[in-house]
Amino acid sequence: MKELICIVCPRGCHLQVDEANGCAVFGNGCPRGAAYGKAELTHPTRTVTTTVRCTGARLPRCPVKTAAPVPRESIPAVMAALDGVLVRAPVKPGQVVLADVCGTGVDVIATRAL
Amino acid sequence: MYDLIVVGGGPAGLAAACAAWDGGLRSILLVERDRDLGGILNQCIHNGFGLHRFQEELTGPEYAARFIELLGRTGVEVRTDTMVLEVTPDKTVHMVGKETGYRAEQARAVVLAMGCRERTRGAINIPGTRPAGVFTAGAAQRYVNMEGWLPGRRVVILGSGDIGLIMARRMTLEGAKVLACVEVMPYSGGLTRNIVQCLQDHDIPLYLSHTVTEIRGDRRVEQVVVSEVDAQRRPIPGTERVFDCDTLLLSVGLIPENELTAQAGIPLDPRTKGAVVFENMETALPGVFACGNVAHVHDLVDFVSAESERAGHAAAEWVLRGGADDGGPAVALVNGDGVSYTVPQRIRVRHVETGCGVFFRVNRVCGACRIVVRDGERTVAAFKRERLNPGEMESITLPRALLEKAQGPLTVAIEEVPA
Repeated sequence: MKELICIVCPRGCHLQVDEANGCAVFGNGCPRGAAYGKAELTHPTRTVTTTVRCTGARLPRCPVKTAAPVPRESIPAVMAALDGVLVRAPVKPGQVVLADVCGTGVDVIATRAL
Repeated sequence: MYDLIVVGGGPAGLAAACAAWDGGLRSILLVERDRDLGGILNQCIHNGFGLHRFQEELTGPEYAARFIELLGRTGVEVRTDTMVLEVTPDKTVHMVGKETGYRAEQARAVVLAMGCRERTRGAINIPGTRPAGVFTAGAAQRYVNMEGWLPGRRVVILGSGDIGLIMARRMTLEGAKVLACVEVMPYSGGLTRNIVQCLQDHDIPLYLSHTVTEIRGDRRVEQVVVSEVDAQRRPIPGTERVFDCDTLLLSVGLIPENELTAQAGIPLDPRTKGAVVFENMETALPGVFACGNVAHVHDLVDFVSAESERAGHAAAEWVLRGGADDGGPAVALVNGDGVSYTVPQRIRVRHVETGCGVFFRVNRVCGACRIVVRDGERTVAAFKRERLNPGEMESITLPRALLEKAQGPLTVAIEEVPA
């Protein structure tokens, strides 16, 4: 039995995940907690939020995020891939700044109009 | 003459202005000292905002954009780059702006939504030299996320509030080495989810019951000394450990920014460091409302928006009925054992439809327990909780019937349930 704290929402349910039993989840307050508990033991994922360089706007950085969670172990590679990315204003929120980052199938998108 | 002037264009001011417009006011001025609307959300590029409000996980700028868009559909007049200097008891708002110069604007109602600011090194008196490299976590967040500067390479973070935790991850992702997060209390002041995904994910050690006892360095921070503290939070000699670092980030609490409130003669609550407010977020000065982090420090912006809408609606009602209504007698809320404050502090039953939401914080970590409401010696309501944590704001709803029957002040307290 593995003890986890759910990070899906700020409620922070204390989960027990039964590894020996197909990762059955107990202590979750909602179905998303069950999915999180199982995924956290089998293939943990995170949404990565960071910034990329931006020209032509009042600010030199454009905030971005992965449009969906990516495997946790890919975070350093995602950061490295974004290091060389430069966007030019005008930027729209939701605009793809890097497609299919590191072969994850997930796009990195802008989160602010600049 | 404006119907309403809103001071501050962060999440609280945005929600209050939109709600007042919805409530029927058509002459509203929103004043913001920064260049852009959105307040602190603009530098909070991480996700986790809006889970309650929009049932989805947004970043700070995305959450702000939702409200800025709503505001854009109203006729609310916005003045950015404009600093409010004084609000007088007769609701004259003195301001100075880049474009408009000095102006004194008269309003029928005012919403105070100035937010809060960070406690600094001076506020907690850390001994040592005075080198460069000591930043508040929020200042560092702005440098990294908006201005594009990395404040340092080897970092110690004092305080485990949410901004400190978020910056531990942020600095790590940007290539800095975060050596430790140090917390004077025996528990973290931040949300559990941030401990997991900001510290544990990146193997950053959290030292509970520890504090920084010395800063060393000539021109730039070179070392910080961290010591364990006893139950009275006094450093224990002999427990010192030295970290070689160039940066110390402070996440040691937020203080509501209430200079304008105090200047207007509005009574403040020493527990929240915000104005004493009624059920509709009205202060003791009729027609002046306070909401968001200027009223009490929140952990979640979703609750700031909800509270500020309450204030905006109430301001609209107040103006439309021509002011003058004391709302009738008020029931005072008192904090009992385990509770550090409540908001609102006073409830006028006549303004309560079915129930009144009460926000509060506990002052210790509690396991299975009951939140009890007492009228004198008598317990009039109880709410079960699995656990309570000082880092996370709690709320209960007091039904109107209960408030009507109150004989005196109601005490909100925590009772541990024996296992």
